[in-house]
Amino acid sequence: MDTTYQWLARFAQSAGLLYFVGIFLCVCLYAFWPSNKARFEEAARTPLQDD
Amino acid sequence: MGAIVSPVRRATMGEFAGMVLAGGAVLPLVLIAALTEDSGYAFHVTLAIAAALGSLILIANRLFQPGQVPAPQEIDGRPNYNMEPVKFATIAAMFWGIAGFSVGLIIALQLAFPVLNFDLPWINFGRLRPLHTSAVIFAFGGNVLLGTSFYVVQRTCRARLAGDIAPWFVILGYNFFIVIAGTGYLLGISQGKEYAEPEWYADLWLTIVWVVYLLVFLLTLAKRKEPHIYVANWFYLAFILTIAVLHIGNNLALPVSVLSPKSYILWSGVQDAMFQWWYGHNAVGFFLTAGFLAIMYYFVPKRAGRPVYSYRLSIIHFWALIFLYIWAGPHHLHYTALPDWAQTLGMTFSIMLWMPSWGGMINGLMTLSGAWDKLRTDPVLRMMVVSLAFYGMSTFEGPLMSIKAVNSLSHYTDWTIGHVHSGALGWVAYISFGAIYCLVPWLWNRKELYSLKLVSWHFWISTLGIVFYISAMWVSGILQGLMWRAYTPLGFLEYSFIETVAAMHPFYAIRALGGALFLTGALIMVFNLWMTVRSGTPESAQDSAPLQPSLVPAE
Repeated sequence: MDTTYQWLARFAQSAGLLYFVGIFLCVCLYAFWPSNKARFEEAARTPLQDD
Repeated sequence: MGAIVSPVRRATMGEFAGMVLAGGAVLPLVLIAALTEDSGYAFHVTLAIAAALGSLILIANRLFQPGQVPAPQEIDGRPNYNMEPVKFATIAAMFWGIAGFSVGLIIALQLAFPVLNFDLPWINFGRLRPLHTSAVIFAFGGNVLLGTSFYVVQRTCRARLAGDIAPWFVILGYNFFIVIAGTGYLLGISQGKEYAEPEWYADLWLTIVWVVYLLVFLLTLAKRKEPHIYVANWFYLAFILTIAVLHIGNNLALPVSVLSPKSYILWSGVQDAMFQWWYGHNAVGFFLTAGFLAIMYYFVPKRAGRPVYSYRLSIIHFWALIFLYIWAGPHHLHYTALPDWAQTLGMTFSIMLWMPSWGGMINGLMTLSGAWDKLRTDPVLRMMVVSLAFYGMSTFEGPLMSIKAVNSLSHYTDWTIGHVHSGALGWVAYISFGAIYCLVPWLWNRKELYSLKLVSWHFWISTLGIVFYISAMWVSGILQGLMWRAYTPLGFLEYSFIETVAAMHPFYAIRALGGALFLTGALIMVFNLWMTVRSGTPESAQDSAPLQPSLVPAE
């Protein structure tokens, strides 16, 4: 029989996996979205541009 | 005869509030100092009274100074940066650095030659060891982080630091916390939690300082002139926010009384252990890694004169790093009462952490593409690049040591100490030295450092020191681990504990030599910086970019 502890541990383990993979995919999408390219290239030069 | 002009101007709301708070604190503090029975605590409260009176005088003195208050946000259309707190933090970092490295050398010598404990309670190894760790991590590293974060956030947002007194409160308040923490250890005041030794009143004070720090940082970001928040600021923000959460979580303690320095932690047993190492490992992850990666993301591109190699990689490794690091703590509790699955989880996340760590290292190193020749001529850049190499090395070693089978050999041995120091000396201290070598000429408006040759000397002497240190600890640690687990054919332990201690003596002596070399390098640095400020050539006024670093041209 499932105790609350076991149920919670299983939920945390499976939902945690989906949650992290989901977030990682979102971050990758954001980083590689083509229309963001120019913005990021500009941002990469930030330290060089401040006067 | 004109009207008599009062030399005192009206106080701003902030100045008024500061004076009221500082003045109002004096009487309660006097009462506590008078009523407590603990002499160490009475000493700390007396320091607090002095600090309150000092703040009162400092703020009141501002009212006599000429000039516009609060300072204008812009002068002639250019941001009017607030660099005075950054200067203070830079000097404080070097001061605490030398203090922390010296205490490290003393305790290394005490381990090799126990007679150096002198049978005195205040300077025995047990009290000096937290003094060393706190001085190098929180006092040296902390001031580097405070100073550089205030510098970088202003320059990458093109906005003056938020707040008038608040930035000073953060810097001075933090250093006051350091003084309370450090003197407390020597007087025997400690809650005995590694890297979280200060007692409840110091913790409460740090919480206030840290919340103000977060507010200053956020409000500066809020008034930025740049549309994009630069990646270094993301790392600084992760560092500030997470340290706040960790500090509060691990220090939820109930004081015995307002008149006593002693407190009891809310957590007990294995929960307390887990909280402690959730805190402890993320102090490594967010204080010693995220914060110093922020430094890397500003100072390496700036010094190399190259843009960040891959901004996309910086985004991906930032989010991966902060989401993975927070779970790695249980690897400090392998083979303990912690549930087995939690240990495995800590181990797994530690191994996964290897990838975002190397993402940062690769991004930093590759930023030099097109500027590799500068390594030959610029020892400051060389120092920062070597720091990235050490970062890569220790973030490979860390996941390796978190594997249970490896940990069964390495845990509780000097291997851990060697690992920590390859990260702390090689990565944290070197990237800090690099940043400070850049910052001092910029802040004091000097053309270049006093001597690049001395930077080279610093670099080679301290690199030799680090190599002595970590290789001695590897040998000593593995020797120690193997001796502990050696059995005779009859099933008895082959070595008594004291035999393992005696076997480590030569390596302890080599380690102390390594520490002495590292300290020597840092003293050369202090001399170089001192001479830069005292006698360096001031930047000419016509120079179009007054705060640019000027590099030695490559032939």
